[in-house]
Amino acid sequence: MRVLVIEDDRETAQFLQKSLKESGHAADLAGDGETGLSLAETGVYDVLIVDRMLPKLDGLSVVKTLRTGGLRTPVLILSALGDVDDRVKGLRAGGDDYLTKPYAYTELLARIEALSRRAVPEEQVTKYVVGDLVLDRLSHRVTRGGEQIILQPREYRLLEYLMKNAGQVVTRTMLLENVWDYHFDPQTNVIDVHVSRLRSKIDKNFEKPLLHTVRGAGYMVRDGAG
Amino acid sequence: MTVLDRLGASAWTSTPFRLAALSIAAFLITAAGIVGFLFWQTNNLLTEQVLSGLRAEVQEMRHIEAAAGSASVAEAVKARARPEGPGLYFFADRTGRKRAGNLSRLPPELEGEAGGTFRYERQAGDQRLAVALPVLFPDGTRLLVGRDIEEQRVFANRMRTVFLLGFSLLSLAGLAGGLGAGRLLLNRIDQINAASRSIMAGDLTQRVPLAGSNDELDGLAQNLNMMLDRIEQLMSGLREVSDNIAHDLKTPLSRLRNRAEATLRDGGDCDAYRAGLERIIEEADELIKTFNAMLLVARLEAGALEGSTEAFDLGSLVRDVAEFYEPVSDEQGLELTVDVGDGPEIVANRHLVSQAVANLIDNAIKYGRPDAAGGPGKISVSLRPLNHDVEIIVADRGPGISADDRERALKRFVRLEASRTKPGTGLGLSLVSAVARLHHGTVRLEDNAPGLRAVLVLPLARQGTSA
Repeated sequence: MRVLVIEDDRETAQFLQKSLKESGHAADLAGDGETGLSLAETGVYDVLIVDRMLPKLDGLSVVKTLRTGGLRTPVLILSALGDVDDRVKGLRAGGDDYLTKPYAYTELLARIEALSRRAVPEEQVTKYVVGDLVLDRLSHRVTRGGEQIILQPREYRLLEYLMKNAGQVVTRTMLLENVWDYHFDPQTNVIDVHVSRLRSKIDKNFEKPLLHTVRGAGYMVRDGAG
Repeated sequence: MTVLDRLGASAWTSTPFRLAALSIAAFLITAAGIVGFLFWQTNNLLTEQVLSGLRAEVQEMRHIEAAAGSASVAEAVKARARPEGPGLYFFADRTGRKRAGNLSRLPPELEGEAGGTFRYERQAGDQRLAVALPVLFPDGTRLLVGRDIEEQRVFANRMRTVFLLGFSLLSLAGLAGGLGAGRLLLNRIDQINAASRSIMAGDLTQRVPLAGSNDELDGLAQNLNMMLDRIEQLMSGLREVSDNIAHDLKTPLSRLRNRAEATLRDGGDCDAYRAGLERIIEEADELIKTFNAMLLVARLEAGALEGSTEAFDLGSLVRDVAEFYEPVSDEQGLELTVDVGDGPEIVANRHLVSQAVANLIDNAIKYGRPDAAGGPGKISVSLRPLNHDVEIIVADRGPGISADDRERALKRFVRLEASRTKPGTGLGLSLVSAVARLHHGTVRLEDNAPGLRAVLVLPLARQGTSA
């Protein structure tokens, strides 16, 4: 994956470049809005990471200009402003996701990986399959090894989101935002309890676990050695 | 500089003294004008009287001369000229030699044809002022008819002296009065200034002294004092808030630092360092959460709802949040009952209301566990629509909050002692109360006997749309 980081703080930018490289991605840097815009317009990037406050041209204007020009590259907006209102403004400008500073690198990585996947229109996917776990989006039926698993509506949506991002880390905040549409910190380990409930339904009676905990990052649905 | 100079200098810079001096100057100029005019008029009137008398006498002398010649004029002059009388005469023949009269010589000021004033000596050393009209008879003889006006001059002089003296006294008295009034006023204002200065220097307990006279200055001082009371109150509120912030941020910061120090000091292998660093990141994340919560409360306190509200079903929102927390309360062995149907629909910021309800339920889960003997824990979530408001009620069976602490718990950035040992920022109730205020609602903490009953009251229609 090729990432463009538009960020004016050199240290942050270099940290991101190095970390992304270690995660197996290529990252280019732009120190201001104008440079970022002209680089992004080349269209060679899979994901753009745009800081909200930039010299010369602010982050939201960069994203707006790109979207007006018809460029659909997924954009993750980084900002020190963490209000729901600020978030809404960011997404309205054409951002695909919004992350508040300071953030954990694992959170950022999980989010841009999820974004780069979004290239496939999810409406056309009718079925998610991971190993012998099947989620049918038309009948809302979940089976494992042919056996039906009864899930609560919220558990279904949790599993759906995890399976949509199968093979990738999904953070607790991503689950909170995408499954529940909550944009606050629940303060307790609510998400963990929800996931462990789901796990008890889909993994308990089976030899091979599919829903894994990724330490220090979040969760992942994956078929293979855990 | 003498004391007087200093007094004068400081007096001159004071407003009341300057005003007094200006008004006295204006008064003096006007008075001098009026008195001067009066004096001039009086003098004119007196002079005119004298002159018309002289003119009549001149006329009479002309008649005598025309009827009986210059010899009879000399007779007449001799008859009228008394040595020290007010009438002055000098009758000279063609050559200028004196023929009759009580003036010893023709005054040098009156050599010409015109009349006027002159000085003469009645007795040795007695210089007097007089006025005279000359007459030239056809036969070449000359007569000077005059009047002594020394009395008038002395009177005028005396008048002038009296006026000058009076004006000087008036000016001095006025200036002294202005100075005194200025000093008096200045002293009071100096007191106010001194008090303001010591307040500016940081002593907010200082107050402006009152004279007790209930005048405008006392009114000013009273208003200043009221303003100071308000400022002091706000400042102590602010200090309390910053103390709370400092405490809540410094404690995790020092924990963070301690952990980093301990990791370095303890050394060990790579794994030990890794474990240390992981703990440090955890601590940093906690700190960030606390900071975010504080920032959010601060922004809500300062913010307005404009543009961020939408209409939504409060019942379903509360049910969703309760459902979100249900697995956790279950895990904690608490029974969470939700008695909430659909509706009512309210207009509010959906995210903030979700968060407020979440905080209330989260609190109930954290602190709502009954004591060992208290039986099974129960949390109940319910909605109660009233006429204009709707109440969201979260009640638990825990130890509750003592009556004294209930009000405090809702204040900005206040953490009750109990919360410092639990996970989370401890700012949950501060945030709920900020969200309520922003929506023109309120939060009440009540005794659930046993336990705590938290009631979040939100208006059904937003203010302005209902009326």
